Amino acid sequence: MAETLQIAFRGKAVVSESRHLLLSVSPGAIWIVVFLVLPSLYLMAVAFMTNGPYGLPQMPLTLDAFEQLAGFGFLGWSPGNLYTLLRSLWQTFLATVLVVIVAYPIAYYITTCREKWRAIMLLLVVVPSWTNQVIRTFGWMNLLAPGTPLSDAAQMLGLIPPNMGLYPSNFAVTLGLVYNFLPFMVLPLYAAFEKLDTAQVQAAQDLYASPVRAFWHAVFPQTLPGLLAGTVLVAIPAFGMYVIPELLGGGKGMMLGNLVANQFAGGSNWPLGAAGAILMLIATFIGLFAMRRIGKRLGGGEEVVI
Amino acid sequence: MFSDSTTTRMGESCMSDSASAAKVETPSPASRRADDVGETSERTRREPSSIELKGLHKRFGRDTVALDDVDLTIEAGEFFTLLGPSGCGKTTLLRILAGLEEPDDGRLLIGGEDITDIPPHRRSVNTVFQSYALFPHLSVRDNLAFGLRMRGESAAERRRKVDEVAEFIQLGSLVERRVDQLSGGQRQRIALARALICEPNVLLLDEPLSALDAGLRGQLQVELQRIQKRLGMTFVFVTHDQDEAMVMSDRIAVLDAGIIQQVGTPNEVYEHPRNAFVARFMGHDNLFAIHASQEDWVDTELGRLRLDPAEQRQEQEGWLLVRPETLELNADLSEDYNRLEGQVRERLYRGSRVEYRLEVNGVTVMATASNVGQRLHNVGDKVAVGVHPEDLVRVAS
Repeated sequence: MAETLQIAFRGKAVVSESRHLLLSVSPGAIWIVVFLVLPSLYLMAVAFMTNGPYGLPQMPLTLDAFEQLAGFGFLGWSPGNLYTLLRSLWQTFLATVLVVIVAYPIAYYITTCREKWRAIMLLLVVVPSWTNQVIRTFGWMNLLAPGTPLSDAAQMLGLIPPNMGLYPSNFAVTLGLVYNFLPFMVLPLYAAFEKLDTAQVQAAQDLYASPVRAFWHAVFPQTLPGLLAGTVLVAIPAFGMYVIPELLGGGKGMMLGNLVANQFAGGSNWPLGAAGAILMLIATFIGLFAMRRIGKRLGGGEEVVI
Repeated sequence: MFSDSTTTRMGESCMSDSASAAKVETPSPASRRADDVGETSERTRREPSSIELKGLHKRFGRDTVALDDVDLTIEAGEFFTLLGPSGCGKTTLLRILAGLEEPDDGRLLIGGEDITDIPPHRRSVNTVFQSYALFPHLSVRDNLAFGLRMRGESAAERRRKVDEVAEFIQLGSLVERRVDQLSGGQRQRIALARALICEPNVLLLDEPLSALDAGLRGQLQVELQRIQKRLGMTFVFVTHDQDEAMVMSDRIAVLDAGIIQQVGTPNEVYEHPRNAFVARFMGHDNLFAIHASQEDWVDTELGRLRLDPAEQRQEQEGWLLVRPETLELNADLSEDYNRLEGQVRERLYRGSRVEYRLEVNGVTVMATASNVGQRLHNVGDKVAVGVHPEDLVRVAS
């Protein structure tokens, strides 16, 4: 006690500096603690509680919620929740891959345009995301509903049964996800392409690389940081997506986000919802960790992702 | 190929003092021994190739003519320079040689073989790019090995060749580094080595020294020239710097507006420029309009001057080139010399030489004198200017 006092006394400057630090950091820290850390801890606690008769969490602490999440209910085991989880993973994977396939040529094309056009094209990519996600998703509902030209065309090609629409379906969810997250992939990829010196492509060709190999050995590795950053920006929110599967998916298109939301709203099983949210958080962290590892390996030891 | 024991290593040659120059002819026993060890696998040296360009045309868009009916032959093993101002078509020509640009018309033959329609990755031609174009995501070693890898050479072979070429350019310690850890001069050498390692029939160099500071540039000019002589490879070098072109080249082609204005050895191009553009581009300021000419004299802005009848041309008009270093100031000259009266307007002291801006008959004339043993002329001095008829050159418009 005496010792700490002495130190505090000797280093007045240090004290004032640390007080300054405390003052400048504390508002943010308090905000994070009150609105992120405490609710998260509460959520974790809820996940281990028992579901009461009115859907509110009660004591004692159990693992009931996690058992339910794994599919064990009153009527024995059912795979519904597991399907939802797998569907979330599959939809996230599929949407991310498709976004990459669509965004890659777009980003490349924009970099080949003249300077003044580039800004306009980037704007065209970004502007739709300024509209509310719900409204845009309703837009897709109208485009894919039964009786619309797209649905009629799909019927004629025999892709869907007569008198059905392209929505609601898993396909509609994938489409909605790809549409929604495209800008988040185009922008980092564009940044990566813009940094690329076109002379390097020519150098690769000059050094006996065919156009395909020049792309693979000279261009692609240099766009990897952008690709990984885009993947993180797309995959993580896509995994927890609520609006798009809710509106476009129907009963068989549900994702983890909908499962969680239902437990807090309609179904009223807070512990189960909390367990789902924790599962989502864990999956996200695993995904991020994996991306970091991949990024480090491919980037030659350099930090690539975030 | 790079461990040839008859000549010096690149690092030694960068010291352009007399000691290293002597080493060029007589390598020390130690280095010879090292070379013999390196020469375990004897390989046949690729023959250098000649280049023939026949009626090449290239346009960009509707109005920009980059090359206009270019005919040119570059000999095997020659250090050939394409010289001209920016936009003259020299880089376009180089890119056509590399296959990175397609000519609109005309044929291109390398080693007698028509390769006009062969894509760049199937041409035994390598390029040193102006921006070096090293791959930032690869180590120096992987950059050097890129061409070998694309050609499908084995990992062991690649490793051996990279070590050999890295030693050749004296950057052996850098091969495991990343490209962004290198200085400009080191990048330049890596870019050169990356092209040389493939042992191409023709090496193309697109202003490879323009990004370097003057001292390093001078040093690398000497190095490049020695490497070319040592490897016996055909080098096609692009530059806008006439001094660089003269120092390095066996022959120079001066280009302007997509047309080859003159092809010749450095002294031909410098001393007998074919037209006013070439003369000005080679740095000549003393060009005087010719009003009239007879068998052995011309009337110019400076007055009537006698010249060598061999210099006489059919056309009356044109320009007279008076090289500043051929003017004699206040010298005791024989009757053969043309004599003029002038006044010193400006003096630029350059150490080894002194440049004077003279006014002769109301016209500005530049004169250069070696700074040996004579008194310097002061601004305002009246001087007698003499020039020998054989030093006067007629230049077409």
